[in-house]
Amino acid sequence: MAEYKILVVDDEPGIRMGTRRILQNFRVDYPFMDEHIEFTVLEAASGEEGIELIDSEMPDIILLDNKLPGIQGVEVLEYVKKKLLDIVVVMITSYASLELAVKATRDGAYDFIPKPFTPQELRSSLENITKQLFLKRMTQKMNKEGKLIRFQFLSVLSHELKAPINAIEGYLKMMQDKQAGESIDAYHEMIDRSLERIAGMRSLIMDLLDLTKIESGKPVQNLKPIDIASVAKLSIDTMRPYAIQKDVDIYLNCKEKVAFNADANEIEIIFNNLISNAVKYNKTGGRVDIFIASENDRITIQVTDTGIGITEEDQSKLFQDFVRIKNHKTRNITGSGLGLSILKKIVDMYQGEISVHSIPEKGSTFTVTLPVLN
Amino acid sequence: MKKTVMIVDDDMDYLFQMKVRIEQFGFEAIAAEGQKEAETILETVRPDLAILDLMMENEDSGFIVAYKIKRKYPEVPVIIATAVTAETGMTFEVSTGPNKDWIKADLFLDKGIRPDQLLKEIKKLLKM
Repeated sequence: MAEYKILVVDDEPGIRMGTRRILQNFRVDYPFMDEHIEFTVLEAASGEEGIELIDSEMPDIILLDNKLPGIQGVEVLEYVKKKLLDIVVVMITSYASLELAVKATRDGAYDFIPKPFTPQELRSSLENITKQLFLKRMTQKMNKEGKLIRFQFLSVLSHELKAPINAIEGYLKMMQDKQAGESIDAYHEMIDRSLERIAGMRSLIMDLLDLTKIESGKPVQNLKPIDIASVAKLSIDTMRPYAIQKDVDIYLNCKEKVAFNADANEIEIIFNNLISNAVKYNKTGGRVDIFIASENDRITIQVTDTGIGITEEDQSKLFQDFVRIKNHKTRNITGSGLGLSILKKIVDMYQGEISVHSIPEKGSTFTVTLPVLN
Repeated sequence: MKKTVMIVDDDMDYLFQMKVRIEQFGFEAIAAEGQKEAETILETVRPDLAILDLMMENEDSGFIVAYKIKRKYPEVPVIIATAVTAETGMTFEVSTGPNKDWIKADLFLDKGIRPDQLLKEIKKLLKM
């Protein structure tokens, strides 16, 4: 049995006692943990008291109220972040101050729990946090031992490269053994599937080539004045045949000529990924709108589709390597799972930002803003 | 009575090919396309054996399904079929060592295993 220390910093005695009671017989199991985890609860009625306990007891998780009598919760959060302590901080907050809680999560709080919470809500939040913390610590340990360098990326990559080969090999063997009889007609589906897998593999290889061209964090190299709209047009032309197949119309909305200092190839990768996704995940007969605008010292590129949309939970995973959202709506859509992570890396290189707004069944909007670089 | 083998894999082609193979072996095959579908099926169905892919919705989906099978049906043998070993050089030893506690699988198999070997392993686990 392992034990995680939870520090509750809240001036309401009811919350502290409630938390203690709720977590009394609570434990978290996880297949990866060889043992379950139980909790001990420490209480602090103020931020100052909280910091004292942080120093003396080194808790694993902090449940932190923001409105406190002395120093505020966010200051306690800052203290933890500044000292680089290995502590997960969760804000507990009333609904009225949700905005603050969202800001706190941006400043390094792991999550927030709205108050009042039910015992079940607290338990399930803590279960997730505990698993996250456990995995994080395990990863750190592995990192220290030098085991994890590029390990994850490479293992997933080879998995993704190998899966189509296995599938195609399997079909070829079935044909070789004539498992569906003598007539070639019986093998149509297997042939189609094999071709599909080859296409998927080709796009993965193309994405990998893109990826090798960019290295995250590297400053942009070939800056030249380019006309963004003409790059967008180039990219639309590339996607046109596919869009026609899917009966999706693409519209470019750009009022004025927007010039921008950038590497045209990189900007094209941005458009290629956004537009191909907008077509790929669209409905038959749907549309894609591309907006380009320049405002002050920022360029905004927005691509909106009328497609299947992305749930909020999935949105948070979108920009990681090899993440593909898997559900019944996406099962027949192929992709490498690299497109958006490549996009994100390029946007990072330009010190820009990317955001997504999406409603399932209605469509998604991806917005990229890039500051004008000198 | 035919024995039932559950196959879980998010690669629809591999899943189809495994299903054909398992049926050729003379078993009843139930196919699930991922962790979630497997979990739903397991609520009502007790297979005689399960063959699971490792990386599905999550990188550890196979482990999680295995864990859930063992919790509900401790006596059902579980095979994790994966290409992980060949890809990473990472090996799991399930029969001995400290991994036994947390990896709830009876056997790890490479996905490229020959059909006759696969049948042999299945029969061994089903004590046929």
